[in-house]
Parts: sequence; C-alpha cells; structure tokens
Amino acid sequence: MAHATTEIFHVHEEESKAMVKRLWKCFWILLVITIVELGIGLTIYNIHKSPVPHHTMVLMFKGLVTILSLAKAFYIVSIFMHLGDEIRNMIMTIVVPLMLFVWFIAAFLWDGDSWKNLRNTDAGSRPNIEKVETAPLPAKEEGKKD
Amino acid sequence: MTTATVQPGTKLWSGGKSPFNVSYGKLMMWYFLMSDAFTFGAFLISYGTIRFSQNFWADPNHVFNAFPFTGHMNLPLAFVSLMTFILILSSVTMVLAVHEGHNMNRKGVEKWMIFTILGGLAFLGCQAWEWTHLITGDHAVLVNGVVEHWGTTTTHNPWGPETMFNGHEIATPGPIAFGGYFFGITGFHGFHVFSGVVINAIMLVKTRMGHFDQRGHYEMIEKAGLYWHFVDLVWVFVFLCFYLI
Repeated sequence: MAHATTEIFHVHEEESKAMVKRLWKCFWILLVITIVELGIGLTIYNIHKSPVPHHTMVLMFKGLVTILSLAKAFYIVSIFMHLGDEIRNMIMTIVVPLMLFVWFIAAFLWDGDSWKNLRNTDAGSRPNIEKVETAPLPAKEEGKKD
Repeated sequence: MTTATVQPGTKLWSGGKSPFNVSYGKLMMWYFLMSDAFTFGAFLISYGTIRFSQNFWADPNHVFNAFPFTGHMNLPLAFVSLMTFILILSSVTMVLAVHEGHNMNRKGVEKWMIFTILGGLAFLGCQAWEWTHLITGDHAVLVNGVVEHWGTTTTHNPWGPETMFNGHEIATPGPIAFGGYFFGITGFHGFHVFSGVVINAIMLVKTRMGHFDQRGHYEMIEKAGLYWHFVDLVWVFVFLCFYLI
C-alpha cells in the first residue's frame, strides 16, 4: 500500500517536472520570437532611413511581424493559459466567436482606405451648396404670415 | 488541466457533470476574457481604420526612441522591448505559481506570485516613465509659420510630416488622433495590468492565510493566472500595432 502511494507520487513528480520544462520552453520560444520581431522593427527603421524607401519590402516585413505576433498569441493561449489542454468543445466556444475578427478587420481597414481615397480626390465631395441655393426662391408675397 | 481526458463516447450532456470538464468559475473567466478581447479588438481596429484613412502617420521608431538615463540617445524600440520582456517574464512566473498550486505547494505559490507582482509593478513603472517622457518631452513644430514646442498629448501631435523652414528641416503638426489612440489603448491595457496586480496581491494574501489549503485546491490562482496571461496576450497586439508597424 505504502509502496503504491510512493509510486504514484513519483509518477506525479515526473509529470510535474516535464510540465515545468514545457513552460520554460514556451518562455524561450516567446523570447526568441520577440527578438526576431525587434530585428524586423529595426530593419523597417533602416529601410525608412534610406533615400529611396522600398515600400513593398516594408509591407512584407510588416506582414511577417503580424504573423509572428499571431504565433506568440497561440503559444500564450495554448500553453500558458492551458487552453490546448481543455476539451475540444470548450475550445471551440472560445475560438469560433473570435473568427468574427477576420471580417471585422478586413471591413474596417477597407473602409479606412476608402476614406483616404475620398479625402485625396473629390470623389466623395457633395455639390456646392451655394449653387443650389442661388436658385430663385418661391415667391412669398401672397401669405406674408412669416 | 491535464485531467481533461474524456473517454470517447462519454455522454457529456447527460447531466451530473460539467460538459466542458471545467468549473463554472473558470469557464466564465474564459468568456469574460473573450468579451474583453473584443473590446480591445474594437479599439485596435478603430485605430487601424483611422490610421488607414490618413496620408501620413508618425513613424514609431522616431516617437519611441528614448531610454531612461541615456539622455537624447537614439535607441528605437529599446525601451518597449524591455517592457515586453518584463511582461513575458512575469507571465512565466505566473504560470509557475499556477503549477505549484496544482502540487498544493503553498511556499512555491507564494514565491512565484511575489515575482509576478513585482513584474507587474515594474511594467507599470516603465509605462509611467514612457507616458511622462512623451507628454513632457518638447519637440519643435512649425504651426502657421511660427515655431512652437509641443509635447505628445491627446490634443497635440508634433510628429507630422517634415518641411523646410529657414534652411533646416522641421516637423509640422501630425494627425491629432495619434495621442488619443496611443494613450487610450495603452492606458486601457495599463489599467488591466494594474487591476491584475491588485488581483494577484489579493491572491497572495489569501494564499498566505492558507485559504486555498483549507479549500483543498488552488483554482483561484488559476483564474487569476488566466487574467494575467490575457494581459500579456493583449500586449502582444499593442506592441505590434503601436510600436512595430
């Protein structure tokens, strides 16, 4: 009996050590990704400094850094918050609603871009109000009540 | 946690047990965090929309290039990297506290909770320094043909496009939305960090008083941990949206 208990405790101890190892590994992954992100940030800075900035290159690096951030988010949620260890149905009730963000981001950034285009052209401007109002006003003589 | 192994074919919804194999409190913490993610998401997307609608936006490498005790040295991204590092480190100490809680090791929980709280306070200190530096640090701006000196606030943005004036380059006022979004969103995140520190401090006191030993489990530490990791998660995106791109 006593032997069995110590054995179970021993197994638990092993599991516990493996878990701690996993947590520190996640920390190092996050740290490395952050350093890479920092490197990309400084690369963008240097591209901007050059006399002829390569805008497509900047856009590519920004896309890359976004993907790396999503990877970080995955590691934090899955390992630190232990969502990866929950059962599938529960994970889905959290993750599926967040899919709304895909449309949310696309629609709003699209709208912002369209706003910029309207700002820079006269495509969105209304006809001059003064011109409309110069049309002869209807005669007011009959009533004279106002 | 790792106990979430459900036999295939088990009737999860037949009653008598949690169909998600998780306590009510933890599940509700998850749903709260999901709704909070939408709040932060809405703020960041609003910022993105305004930024996309502008012809010019401040380059973060110019705005955030200061470091305490280095004067006017140009160190782009250095300080914010330190802040990110502090937050990741406090995240790992938090998860270690949760882990010690699973082992019912009160001393271990106390130790890691103290480190987590210190990390949170260090982050808040860094943010206070950064805000002070931005608000009080003056920059020459050409406003209607006159040189003025502006700090970065919710009503003044000295980081606009540069122009030539009396033979040297000088900035013009930038989009006014910059300060509002920056202070609004980092402030909302900082408030989360602050409330996280308060929650963690309460958890530390409760651990010291032996409440969780009496209760027989350390699930409260897990719930506080979820909140704390969420704060780190949000910072990943704040870091991305304000400092990197």
